[in-house]
Amino acid sequence: MGWWRRVIDHDILYSFTRSWVTMLAAFITLFIIITSVFAPWLTTHDPFDPSSLTLTDAFTPPIWVSGGKWTYPLGSDDQGRDILSTIMFGNRISLLVGFLSVLLAMLIGVTLGTVSGYIGGWLDSLIMRLADAQLTVPPILIALLINGVARASLTRELQEGMAIYVLVFSIGIAAWPQYARVTRSGAMVERNKEYIAASRVIGVHPVMIMLRHIVPNVMGPALVLATIGVPLAIIIEATLSFLGVGVPPTTPSLGTLIRIGNEFLFSGEWWITIFPALALVVMVLSVNLIGDWLRDTFNPKLR
Amino acid sequence: MARTNSNPPTSLPLLQVQDLSKYFVLSIPWLSRIFGGQSPPILRAVDGVSFDIQRGQTFALVGESGCGKSTVARVIVGLYAPTRGEIVFQGRSLGDPSFRSSRVSLTRMQMIFQDPYASLDPRWRVRDIIAEPIKAFGLAESRSVLRERVSDLLLQVGLSPGDGEKYPHEFSGGQRQRISIARALSSHPDFLVCDEPTSALDVSVQAQILNLMKELQTRLGLTYLFISHNLAVVHHISDHVGVMYLGRLCEVAPKRVLFSDPQHPYTRLLLDTLPDLDLSGRRRQPVTGEVPNPIHPPSGCAFHPRCPSAADRCRVDNPNPRPSQEALVACHAVEEGRLK
Amino acid sequence: MAPLLKVDGLRIEFPTRRGVLVAVDDISFSIDKGEVLGVVGESGAGKSITGAAVIGLLEPPGRIARGNIRFEGRQVNGLPQEAMRRIRGAKIGAIFQDPLTSLNPLYSIGQQLVETITTHTDLSPARARARALELLNEVGIPAAERRIDSYPHEFSGGMRQRVVIALAICANPRLIIADEPTTALDVSIQAQIIALLRRLCHEHRTAIMLITHDMGVIAEMSDRVAVMYAGRIAEIGPLRDVVKTPRHPYTAGLMDSIPRVGEEKEKLSHIRGSMPRLQEIPPGCPFHPRCPETFDRCREERPDLMPTGHPNQDASCWKFAGTVRHG
Repeated sequence: MGWWRRVIDHDILYSFTRSWVTMLAAFITLFIIITSVFAPWLTTHDPFDPSSLTLTDAFTPPIWVSGGKWTYPLGSDDQGRDILSTIMFGNRISLLVGFLSVLLAMLIGVTLGTVSGYIGGWLDSLIMRLADAQLTVPPILIALLINGVARASLTRELQEGMAIYVLVFSIGIAAWPQYARVTRSGAMVERNKEYIAASRVIGVHPVMIMLRHIVPNVMGPALVLATIGVPLAIIIEATLSFLGVGVPPTTPSLGTLIRIGNEFLFSGEWWITIFPALALVVMVLSVNLIGDWLRDTFNPKLR
Repeated sequence: MARTNSNPPTSLPLLQVQDLSKYFVLSIPWLSRIFGGQSPPILRAVDGVSFDIQRGQTFALVGESGCGKSTVARVIVGLYAPTRGEIVFQGRSLGDPSFRSSRVSLTRMQMIFQDPYASLDPRWRVRDIIAEPIKAFGLAESRSVLRERVSDLLLQVGLSPGDGEKYPHEFSGGQRQRISIARALSSHPDFLVCDEPTSALDVSVQAQILNLMKELQTRLGLTYLFISHNLAVVHHISDHVGVMYLGRLCEVAPKRVLFSDPQHPYTRLLLDTLPDLDLSGRRRQPVTGEVPNPIHPPSGCAFHPRCPSAADRCRVDNPNPRPSQEALVACHAVEEGRLK
Repeated sequence: MAPLLKVDGLRIEFPTRRGVLVAVDDISFSIDKGEVLGVVGESGAGKSITGAAVIGLLEPPGRIARGNIRFEGRQVNGLPQEAMRRIRGAKIGAIFQDPLTSLNPLYSIGQQLVETITTHTDLSPARARARALELLNEVGIPAAERRIDSYPHEFSGGMRQRVVIALAICANPRLIIADEPTTALDVSIQAQIIALLRRLCHEHRTAIMLITHDMGVIAEMSDRVAVMYAGRIAEIGPLRDVVKTPRHPYTAGLMDSIPRVGEEKEKLSHIRGSMPRLQEIPPGCPFHPRCPETFDRCREERPDLMPTGHPNQDASCWKFAGTVRHG
């Protein structure tokens, strides 16, 4: 029970409870996560299963507009998919791609950054020049590029099955340099500290030193970057899907929905675009706000 | 190599440092190198240092910033490779890479550092910090043996076994140094290199740590290389003292001899800066000049710009340590009997 | 004659969410014109914070909760920022520990000196530059005419500290707060800086509040000494008396634990334990858990400074309860 007391007593929790904005954002994010995890049980039908769709129900308006039906609380799209259910399933894709791609970027970035900062020399120059080169290209373009390569080299069935992984991979690859940069500075600072010298004196292998001493001490800023990275990744995925190069149209994400809805926006079926767009904005904003709070909390100068 | 003849050694010294040098090549911008034809400057941090340490004794290296004493410590312990010279530990040369990385040399020689706030990994628990050498060398057969050993070490340095569960930030500076000492002792070393271990501590805490170190030395038969800039501390803890200036040894002597009859002008200057806590109104020799930039040392004897006994020879010729009375002194004025 | 600086019942607090931490607890002392008061204590004793409060540089959330600071008869704590800024630099100067961060790396020392001089005096920039040269010579910078346009990083540590001293004295302040002015310097340079400060103080009749943990520096420079412990003044008196015949057990323990050349001791005497952290200051006398001479009263009642039988030497210790002030 001692550790629980420590959690409650901790400064971080205190600063969390002081900011109603953060608490609201956390609540919303939690809500989104829970509804997307339990989506199969919460929704009236699986919008990704074409056989469950009723074409005659296409273009049903939301419940409060005349002609709306309870089974389609926020209306339905051109295929008869319930917007609310699709949003919930779409959230899954967004969250999955968001978190997994950041995880991948961190894995690559933290590893390369630590090695670069600790070992230095030509290896450091090499890795940093690679990172520099990649940073000159905007992440979306990189993601597009990798996506394009994947499409060209995979068969259609593989493409559909692997779409999510390709997305995670391309967004992750696009993002690693910043994690590497920030970890490298931390590693450069830590390697001169005496506790590292103490481990070197007893002959601990450099890999062990990096893994067990350097990484835990330099992860902080990388985690902070991740809090910005997740909403960004979600937006990139939505953009790619909007452009038609993200997830396949049978498993639409929020971006896909927005694209589909765009065509019908001015012919009167506004709900197909607006609700997914709102959902996207709310999710990104909430995650961003949590990230803001985390950054402020961990900034020693503001304490 | 001549040595001080006050205590004729009865056995092989634990550590013999012979003509040790460490030069650093400083990097200059690539363009300057190519287009300016500039060659990178060489920092002679340590330049031909020789001394012996007998088993069970404490040898202190004293000097101000830039004198190279910390670099000597780090070369001995293997953090830097020497540019020149030999280090012989318990009869075997550390220049031999297989000996240097062998269990024997690694376990028997350990180091304690100056900054209690940077010498412990802030993310590790104290028990893991102390256990790291034990695990690295496989010195404990089981986890319970390991736990016992860690508790034992904590007790030896005046902490309690329960402290092992805590993190470094929960301890004061003095307690952290105790943790560092406990960790250093965990591999049963014979030789401890101590780099200014009390310089960052308050006076009363310093006294505690120095007492602890002396007590451990007697109990465990340890040999210390003690680096410091504080002469009073050196006086308390050492048996022999080496005074360094800009990478070279000025004077090496047994403690009593150095403090009662300093010969090298720099030694005399240092002793003059000792605080006059007895308020005796002791007259001080006016001190001039500053420690020069080690990258551009003065020609000849590095101390000559500040030396009251400097002569022409001193500007040209860098003196080597020579026996003089009971000490080794690197000074032309001493050699020529010119010293006032 | 009224003292130059008079501090009365000063209490400095840091509000935190876990309660209020008291860094300095009801201290009173004074500094006369031209006098050097050494404020000595270990880290955490509150000496630097006291110096910061006097010069009006206390960092929030720290605040002066109670008490008065009177400079030249006028109350300075609680003055608006603008008024304090005029006093700071002109009447009260400051020297801090690290010369590297005390000087702006982007401006030459000449520029920094001229700026400070013109801010606090009526001199024109040309006259100010001449004065800057004078000052550099006075603090012992060799070839000042050439070096006045150099940048801080082109100077060694000792030289930088001399420049900082020049900055501190350029407007002829009556009082200088020197917080660990020699700690970051080599021992041979320390002696030079101490000698410089002593000479300047005598020539200009400037008072100095010398804050340091180094008893040796105190012994070289001070006229009077205040020993601080856990936010209180344990002892205050003339240098000679406090150093040679300390009255407070903490001072005695401190002096005993300093290693000295000339005595051969197997063990250094030391004070067991360590200074309590701000959150853990015990009731009664803050030193009582470590004191070899405690009695019951020490655990319950906090002693204030009281006469000890030696002239002008006071200690906050119940050993001296009832002692009549000498003379």
